[in-house]
Amino acid sequence: MSEFFILMKSELVITFIIFLLLFIKIGKGMKNELLLQWIQILLLANCFVGFIDNRDGVLFDGMFHTSGLIAFEKNILSLGTYLISLLCVDWLKKTPHLPEFFILMLSALLGMFLMISSGSLLIFFLSLELSTIPVAALANFDLDKKISSEAAMKMILSSAFSSGVLLFGISLVYGATGTIGFASLPSHLDGGTLQILAFTFLFTAFAFKLSVVPFHLWTADVYEGAPIAVTSFLSVISKGSIAFIFISTLYKPFQALHPAWNNMLVIVAICTMIIGNLFAIRQQNIKRFLAFSSIAQVGFILVGMTANNISGNSSVVYFVLVYTFSNLAAFGVAAVISENAGKENIDDYKGLYQTNPFLSWIMAIALFSLAGIPPTAGFFGKLFLLTAGASAGNYWFIIIAALNMIISLYYYLRVIRAMFMDKNDEPIVRVKNNPMVSFALIICAVGILLVGLLSWIYEYIQSLA
Amino acid sequence: MNLSVLLLVPTLTAIAILLARNANQSRWIAFAGSAIQFGLAFALLYAFSHERTNGNYEQMLFVQQYNWFPAWNISYHIGVDGIAVAMILLTAFIVIAGVLVSWNVIYRTKEFYFLLILLSAGAYGFFLSLDLFILFFFLEVAVIPKYLLIGIWGSGKKEYSANKLALMLMGGSALVLVGLLGMYFSSGHEKTFDVLRLAQLHIPIDVQRIFFPLLFIGFGVFTALFPFHTWVPDGHSSAPTAGSMFLAGISMKLGSYGCLRVATWLMPDAAKEYAPIVILLSAIAILYGAFATMMQKDLKYINAYSSVSHCGFILLGIGMLTKTAITGAVMQMVSHGLMTALFFAVIGMIYERTHTRNVSEMGGLMKVMPFISTIFFIAGFCSLGLPGFSGFVAEMTIFMGSWQNTGLFYRVATVAACMSIVVTAVYILRAIGQTVMGPIKNQDYLQLKDAKWNEKLAAIILILGIIAIGVAPFWLNDLVRPGAEIIMQRIVK
Repeated sequence: MSEFFILMKSELVITFIIFLLLFIKIGKGMKNELLLQWIQILLLANCFVGFIDNRDGVLFDGMFHTSGLIAFEKNILSLGTYLISLLCVDWLKKTPHLPEFFILMLSALLGMFLMISSGSLLIFFLSLELSTIPVAALANFDLDKKISSEAAMKMILSSAFSSGVLLFGISLVYGATGTIGFASLPSHLDGGTLQILAFTFLFTAFAFKLSVVPFHLWTADVYEGAPIAVTSFLSVISKGSIAFIFISTLYKPFQALHPAWNNMLVIVAICTMIIGNLFAIRQQNIKRFLAFSSIAQVGFILVGMTANNISGNSSVVYFVLVYTFSNLAAFGVAAVISENAGKENIDDYKGLYQTNPFLSWIMAIALFSLAGIPPTAGFFGKLFLLTAGASAGNYWFIIIAALNMIISLYYYLRVIRAMFMDKNDEPIVRVKNNPMVSFALIICAVGILLVGLLSWIYEYIQSLA
Repeated sequence: MNLSVLLLVPTLTAIAILLARNANQSRWIAFAGSAIQFGLAFALLYAFSHERTNGNYEQMLFVQQYNWFPAWNISYHIGVDGIAVAMILLTAFIVIAGVLVSWNVIYRTKEFYFLLILLSAGAYGFFLSLDLFILFFFLEVAVIPKYLLIGIWGSGKKEYSANKLALMLMGGSALVLVGLLGMYFSSGHEKTFDVLRLAQLHIPIDVQRIFFPLLFIGFGVFTALFPFHTWVPDGHSSAPTAGSMFLAGISMKLGSYGCLRVATWLMPDAAKEYAPIVILLSAIAILYGAFATMMQKDLKYINAYSSVSHCGFILLGIGMLTKTAITGAVMQMVSHGLMTALFFAVIGMIYERTHTRNVSEMGGLMKVMPFISTIFFIAGFCSLGLPGFSGFVAEMTIFMGSWQNTGLFYRVATVAACMSIVVTAVYILRAIGQTVMGPIKNQDYLQLKDAKWNEKLAAIILILGIIAIGVAPFWLNDLVRPGAEIIMQRIVK
């Protein structure tokens, strides 16, 4: 019994917070600001709980399993959620339905935790649904904006479709192998045609959720329409969790199909990097811009996944950690500016450095990290992904990836140029920095600068993997 | 001597500049930091020659190695040989001169000096590193400061130039990255980025054939290898004065040092096979650069295109693969670095006063600013290879080394390269004659003031370096030659 509490502690804490919020909602209710502070404290506590007594273990006949690496992955997601609750303070305070917002967001987080820990395709499917449907509701949270409802609609339709594909894939897997447990799958897989077909459907479902090209079409619209708090949750936490479970399903239960999924990965990785990058160049809206940039980043994650060894696994986890800091910093700045000045276009950022040097520097560091410029952590993240990818010996693939880094640099520099170089007679006025937001932005910046240089973080992940 | 100090001083200087309260403080901090670094570079030279005279013939001296990412076998591994010491000295000269000539920067001064010092930290780290990973790290550290320096403080079509430069250099480093990974994964059972260990391995020739071009072109982009030189004229002409000095004096040398240390040394067989192509491209660069300079009217463009030509000599020396030619190539790196920095400094001083860089609009500057005009003369003479200045020594050594290759192709290439010197003399003398000599064309120029203390100091520092090599080349030769010998040992095998 006590093992149950220890192994499922992250899930239990999140469930506890959800119920707490539910009771607060049903009961007298609280003022938004006070409630938000309590939520932030609870989320912070959740981050700490994640580090206590992590051990390997299996529950419910193998339906749920956890390990040091899985616990670490959950910690990354918790940390990201905590940072979002700080970064979007200005917007959250004004939301009329704050408890609901966090109930939905934490339900999605709970779904992701269960998904990462899932030990069979059944639990995986259920938790994937739990992690998606609340986010679709969240995307609709700018209640008075039409574009927000449109985003939610697009998201729910596309995720319903991908769930259908996934379910079909799972049923085919069961038909071909007679099992859906991750532990027993490897011994039943022999690379037969039906199995590969079944796996292709699974792969497609993953690709949908990760917004891998050609299944990315929902991403930009949803990102643009949803409130920034939700967009950043989608692009960082949701993407991260799917990347974690994707790599562990590929490497463990479906290891026998390695030749098949390796080819698929290489093809979609190239498409994803190129399309994501090329579309990012043309974007005007900062959220759409970051949406396409995150598609391209996923392409790089896929490059790392092709390694099919421990380095591949650890470099992907490491990159998601780095990406959490970098992308959240970028979204954080975008959120502050959108909330205070109501502007979301890259052209509006012209001359930002004249009025908001702090925000400009944070944005610059975040974008440099996304572009993979040293000494930011993004450099190490990208380099390790490429090194892991190169260990498979596919050098032309690595050359394509490396050249894509140049394209991505081009559009990241566009924003840098707007902020630092372009003159603007009416730049965005000086934004009053909320201490919470500044604190979170500084955590992100410190994370970006230190996660790379402090090598023990990577070594720690490698030791867990 | 603890080499990490050479990295620590610029890093701390950069941080201190960020903490400075006002523009003037940041100026003085930058100056103090670069002066300390200047002193340290000489201390390094002294310590290095002291060890050598005491019979320490280890290939790399003052080596430090700490595991950084054990999982990838990446270590913080630094050390110097004679070539690296020469490059560090060069960097120290240019950094202090660059800080001094930028004294008048009033727009975002703090950020300017921060980026300048950050760029120099990247360069120092690059020359010190003995691990390919940190070498690549420092190579990329130096890219973005250049972009921002040009884009924010530049002139003319600065955004375009800055973008072009950043993207081309990143493209170069992307190729370098793939080349490095290729070497890493062919380094045997225990994969390594360690330069010294890779230098003992024998990488299979098939692997070398694939990755040598990637590495050489990648580094070559930095050093204006034809046809990847197109960022040079735009980048230099748009950059602020100190930016041009750093670009031509340090950044282009990163590339040639990489071509030599990484591509040629670690992949000797492929270097030998591809040598004719390298020679062909560099001969084209030398002649093309020289003739393109003839057509230029803008002083910065003149110096930028002549840099393409002069850097061609470096690559020619590397491509010739003889001990003397490689020694000459390194000497040319130092010489061209100092000379071109001086050139850009003078151009900056003139532009600041006359607000034009067009040769035909100027004239008679000698009468109003004799000091600046004299420096201009000295830089010009060094550029066209007058004996007594460093340019002559370096180019002469390269020609001597090239002539040791007896094939017809080598001879033709050498002769063609030699001919460019005549062209160089034409455009240099024409440019100097039109700007400095003759009657004063514009009466406003009579009000112009001569150099200030900071400009004088910067120029004198650089001129001292140029003359020290020009008059007494043996010390540089003795410093560099053993390093060149070690590289050649692998080629002959």
